[in-house]
Amino acid sequence: MTLSSFIVRNTFRNKRRSLLTMASISFSLLLLTMMMSIWRTFYLDPGPPDAVRRIITRDRVSLAFFLPAYYRDKIRSVPGVVAVAPMTYFGNRYKDDRASNAFAQAATDPDEYPKVASDKIIPPDQLVAWQRDRTGALVDVELAKKYGWKIGDRITLSSPYFPVAPELTIRAMYKIDPPARSLYFSSKYLEESVGWFKGQAGWYITQVDSADHVASVSQAIDELFRNSPQRTKTESQQAFQLSFVATLGNVKVFILSICAAVVFAILLVSSNTMAMSIRGRTREVAVLKTLGFTRQRLLAIFVGESIALAVGGGVIGILAATGMLQWLTHSSLAIGIPAGMRVTFPTMVVSLLVAATVGFVSGCLPAYNAARINIVDGLRHIG
Amino acid sequence: MAIPISYNVRNLILRKGLTLMTALGIALTVTTAIFLMALVAGLNRAFVSSGNPLNVLVLRKGSEAELSGGFDASLYPTLKTLPGIAKDSHGEPMTSGEWVVVIVLPRKDGTGEVNVTVRGMMPDGLEMRPSAKLVEGRWFQTGQREVVVSKSIQGRFSHANIGDTMEFGKGSWKVVGVFDAGGSAYESEVWGDVNQMASDFDRQGGFSSAYLRATDPISAEALKNRVSDDQRLKLEGFNEKEYYAKQTSSGTPIKVIGYVVGFIMAIGSIFAAMNTMYAAVAYRGREIATLRVIGFSRPAILTSFVLESLLLALLGAAAGILLMLPFNGMQTGTSNAVTFSEVVFALRITPQVALYAILFALIMGFVGGLAPAWHAARQNILNALRS
Repeated sequence: MTLSSFIVRNTFRNKRRSLLTMASISFSLLLLTMMMSIWRTFYLDPGPPDAVRRIITRDRVSLAFFLPAYYRDKIRSVPGVVAVAPMTYFGNRYKDDRASNAFAQAATDPDEYPKVASDKIIPPDQLVAWQRDRTGALVDVELAKKYGWKIGDRITLSSPYFPVAPELTIRAMYKIDPPARSLYFSSKYLEESVGWFKGQAGWYITQVDSADHVASVSQAIDELFRNSPQRTKTESQQAFQLSFVATLGNVKVFILSICAAVVFAILLVSSNTMAMSIRGRTREVAVLKTLGFTRQRLLAIFVGESIALAVGGGVIGILAATGMLQWLTHSSLAIGIPAGMRVTFPTMVVSLLVAATVGFVSGCLPAYNAARINIVDGLRHIG
Repeated sequence: MAIPISYNVRNLILRKGLTLMTALGIALTVTTAIFLMALVAGLNRAFVSSGNPLNVLVLRKGSEAELSGGFDASLYPTLKTLPGIAKDSHGEPMTSGEWVVVIVLPRKDGTGEVNVTVRGMMPDGLEMRPSAKLVEGRWFQTGQREVVVSKSIQGRFSHANIGDTMEFGKGSWKVVGVFDAGGSAYESEVWGDVNQMASDFDRQGGFSSAYLRATDPISAEALKNRVSDDQRLKLEGFNEKEYYAKQTSSGTPIKVIGYVVGFIMAIGSIFAAMNTMYAAVAYRGREIATLRVIGFSRPAILTSFVLESLLLALLGAAAGILLMLPFNGMQTGTSNAVTFSEVVFALRITPQVALYAILFALIMGFVGGLAPAWHAARQNILNALRS
């Protein structure tokens, strides 16, 4: 019998205890993996391929205030700017108020937006058709699939911010990884239907010639409007998206404290189990020692058992988290969850390492105590 | 006959290590739940305690927030003459035309910039908000470029102490006083003179909102309806208290996260509690059989073990609450979905939060203890005695 098979047999000799421990650890690791994935999506993920070259200029105080149209030409004059498109958030309602039917709808300039969002792949003939039809819409392929839309279909939108219900014809579809699930239509159409909105835009999205110039161009743009009636705030697309996350409060601290609580909880559960399991085997340990097992060997056996339990629970938890996020981002509940959120391989490795470490730490003390047992006392032990 | 509860207590004490570790595991789950519940409770308090039921808030028709309100100043005198308005200390109708803007201030700890609501008001505005108490300095004076800041703004932002100057609008404003708004939504605001503010932001000739103080609750309701029904005004009246109560929706994302995290952690804890209780039952096989022989019934054994599990959970809940108590009153901020500015609020461990935490722990203890207790009660007496 090899050491590893000895460990595996021992791990499962009290099946109920091992299964309960693994179940407990797996739920904790499910949470930990999900939290780490959220962290990665928010703070580490570079986003779509060209996102690093895109910056967004908005009103310094709040997105609730629109920017004047002439800002666009001023931004265009900044060296390093490749293309600028206006963007106005129209709303996210479709058909009814249900969250499952919500997707982002924005008004932009069909002529220049494709240059800014060069990572959205649009068939050239469809693009021309969209640019020619003022009431045309550009939609995500994934979104079209969800609603069964085809080119030429007509849909009607409504908005809590604008008192209009534009009727749009789907003229083009784009592909992007991860899917963006949003709809774009002409800002001219919106300006024509809403009188007071004429000559304004929610924010400007700019493509910069290289990622190295993002900081300097952002600064130059804000400097440009320093003395204007409406000052601006220009930041990378990622920072812009993060600012929505930041409104929830100190999200980083939230996530970190939840992770810490979870890790500590599995540490408790796992060391509890090991203590119970080793205490019940005092006499057995003495027998093993009599047979010639060294202390190091015994230590390895028990710590190995503890690691096996934690990693076993960890694998289940990580797989469950992967499945859950996969399901969440593809389900109708996905409103507000970035489509790029998934459990990546590095996250899995880190989760598993955490599980193994917890298993190791929690096994150490009980195992050390067991290995130190005096043979005679151990053999006499009744338990 | 029931088994005395002291039997369970002594058993828990006998197996100290195991009891403590399991209780701590439950405590961790409880702390997480308390933390999230206290956040929501604090946020709700910020809104629910805001606003006076006698104050009627007037906005442009169709607008739902002061920031997107805005109406012509020429309508204000009409509002002032409406019936049912209380008299102020000078014998005039107690009304205040106000201007609300959002400005950007740098955080004191250097972690970025935050939106803060600045409110310009008439002298009656202060009289209408008796819940805001001056704690330092004096109120701003009409016609002066002076502001008063709330206590939490003073603590969270730089240049917000008395004598400092704040830079916004077209120039600098002198901070002359600090007020305490008792944890209400005003706790996140900076107040100054309405005319000074309006001219700084080029908004003379308009107000974003007006406040009218009614003499009693009935005339408040009548006043609200009168404002809304008057076709010439094109304005809408709101009860100030109801207006703030509606903003509690800002806490929804925290609530949703709280439910998900609390639920997953609870399941993990239930399995851990189950493990401990199964071990307790396994160790005491012979003891349980003896109890049965003496004459304790199966239901009595079942109840006893469920009780032991509940006790364990209660211990965990107590530890969790104790661990979280130092955080009571800790201030934090989140964005208000209506005003786009930061709402400052304190973590509040209310009796209700503590009660929910205890209930939450008891549910974990019950679910975790039921199966092992069932197992204990069903044991074969003879086999158990022989083991």
